[in-house]
Amino acid sequence: MTDTPTLELRGITKSFGSVQALADVDFEVRAGEVMALVGDNGAGKSTLVKVVAGIHAPDSGEILFEGKPVHVSSPKEASRLGIEVVYQDLALCDNLDVVQNMFLGREERDWLWRLKEPAMEQRTAETLRGLSVTTIRSIRQPVASLSGGQRQSVAVAKAVLWNSKLVILDEPTAALGVAQTRQVLELVKRLGEQGLAVVLISHNLHDVFEVATRITVLRLGRDVGVYEREKTNQQEIVQAITAGIPTKVAGIPEAAPELAT
Amino acid sequence: MSTDFDVAAPGIGLPEGDEAGVQVGLWRRAYDNVRTGNLGILPIVIGLAFIVVFFSFKATNFFTADNFNNIIVQMAGLTMLAFGVVFVLLLGEIDLSIGYLSGIAALTVAEFQLPGSGHAYPGLVAILIAVGVCTLIGGAQGSVVALVGVPSFVVTLAGLLIWQGVILQVLEIKGVIVIQDAWINDTANYFFTSRNGWIISSVVTGLYALGTAASLIAKRRAGVATGNLWIIAAKVAGVALATFGTVAISNHASVPNGLPLAGVLVVIFLIVLTYLAKRTPFGRHVYAVGGNAEAARRAGINVARIRIIVFMISGAMAGVGGVLLAARLNSVDLNVGGGTLLLDAISAAVIGGTSLFGGRGEVRSALIGALVIATVSNGLNTAGYKTGTIYIVTGVILLLAVTLDTVARRLQVRSGR
Repeated sequence: MTDTPTLELRGITKSFGSVQALADVDFEVRAGEVMALVGDNGAGKSTLVKVVAGIHAPDSGEILFEGKPVHVSSPKEASRLGIEVVYQDLALCDNLDVVQNMFLGREERDWLWRLKEPAMEQRTAETLRGLSVTTIRSIRQPVASLSGGQRQSVAVAKAVLWNSKLVILDEPTAALGVAQTRQVLELVKRLGEQGLAVVLISHNLHDVFEVATRITVLRLGRDVGVYEREKTNQQEIVQAITAGIPTKVAGIPEAAPELAT
Repeated sequence: MSTDFDVAAPGIGLPEGDEAGVQVGLWRRAYDNVRTGNLGILPIVIGLAFIVVFFSFKATNFFTADNFNNIIVQMAGLTMLAFGVVFVLLLGEIDLSIGYLSGIAALTVAEFQLPGSGHAYPGLVAILIAVGVCTLIGGAQGSVVALVGVPSFVVTLAGLLIWQGVILQVLEIKGVIVIQDAWINDTANYFFTSRNGWIISSVVTGLYALGTAASLIAKRRAGVATGNLWIIAAKVAGVALATFGTVAISNHASVPNGLPLAGVLVVIFLIVLTYLAKRTPFGRHVYAVGGNAEAARRAGINVARIRIIVFMISGAMAGVGGVLLAARLNSVDLNVGGGTLLLDAISAAVIGGTSLFGGRGEVRSALIGALVIATVSNGLNTAGYKTGTIYIVTGVILLLAVTLDTVARRLQVRSGR
């Protein structure tokens, strides 16, 4: 791990009208680590991602990318910095093949405005091989004919193709079966091993504990804390998600009240 | 959830080695295509062959070189319109205005060649003005669709009424405008000499073979899969057969002897538009927007820009078709752009295999569909059937084609995830 985090957020605040979605949130992720971002529905995970991806501008706070303050004003700006987001509802075109999807919107072309198909196909094959995605029989088959796990792999590989430094995965396993989930989690691990900074958003703590190196917990728009995977357990995380840590969240009594169940 | 692919396949995208591997790849690809609802042109080519054989027995004058040339000239205008329809359908949109838009082009071209009108220009200039006007109208309609968000059905339905109204307003006073300019009339009435016909077919075949070879070499150099060499060779042979065959038959025709220029124009637009759709980033983005507009937007594609350009293409092709249709009659009258032209153009694209749901189809499907419609209508005419029968038969063919597309699409949905 390097000293400077790839991405560092300081005191991010974001309100939508009277609803405060994020309040003074600190967050960081370093190269080579998988940082899980967990929290209940409405905790602010998606808003935080959208701030980083350039879809929402924060009301206040600082975004530092590789130590330098940046303004991420649009998704294009985000990808220019090297930030790629893989959304939950796969942003793939079913009617296009794997290569076409990987290069969508950033096609290589020659002076005749002709697509450089061989070059793109080669790079797609290389990228998939680099990520050990070996289950796709032909990268010239339409994405519609792939399984859920394979599609997710393509979506992730698409994010990696652009020499990105930070990959954010929004619920990548939400719609997958057991075997497919395993496939994608392996891929997420590999991204970290290849030196990328990875942010994994997930509801599934089992998944999180399998691949994450650290875990950031959000609750009601505030960050509860950052936990080392090695030094915590699922119970502690669940408590942080549901009750928060009394000392950090204002307005909540010292000890979380026991729920009568 | 299907897991039948989850077997490690060695060497993604590497050139397949042995003969057996190639054969398996071939069958798997065919299987994949059918499974994902990509039936290709096979059903319609078989259907067309059936239609030709049927009418050859039914009508004595049908299977002749003269009638062959006739069909080419008859279908040229319709095919141009259908080319534009393919692009609009690829987006999952519709353009109902193209019928009367082609009428506007005919009117414009006739008006700007009219001797003694004070704005008589050379034929080519008049053609350019006509196509330009239609392109602008298409762009305007597309902008309302893409920027304001009014459904294309409504925008172009309004266009249909408006442009029909404009034609009526102008021609109610003028009646008929006769086109005398040779350049304009030649687009539908010029026939190449036998020798030039052979040269044209040689050039087309040669260019296709060269292009195929160049792409093969590029793929080999990059070390990616080249596809089955036999299929590629068969495609080149097919193109050679089609072009030389067409010229051979056209040269046999007696009344207008030789290859019609209108047919050559259709082929030129076929090549240029296919290049645009399949080889350029723009074409790729059209397919992407038609397949999943949200994914295209997230990939950084300017969806509104793509939509507007596609409606401009649709307008431009309606313009080109309108000029050809006017040239064939050497005049423009009150019926211009009306009748079944619009529905025939949309039917042609759909019969040829372009999906109404967007994202699936080829430029060539317009040509094949137009060929089917023109052949059926010509054949029934030659066999002495009335207009009513022609409509009924065309309708049945259209229904069959769309049913096939819908079934294919259901297969695709099932095979995905």
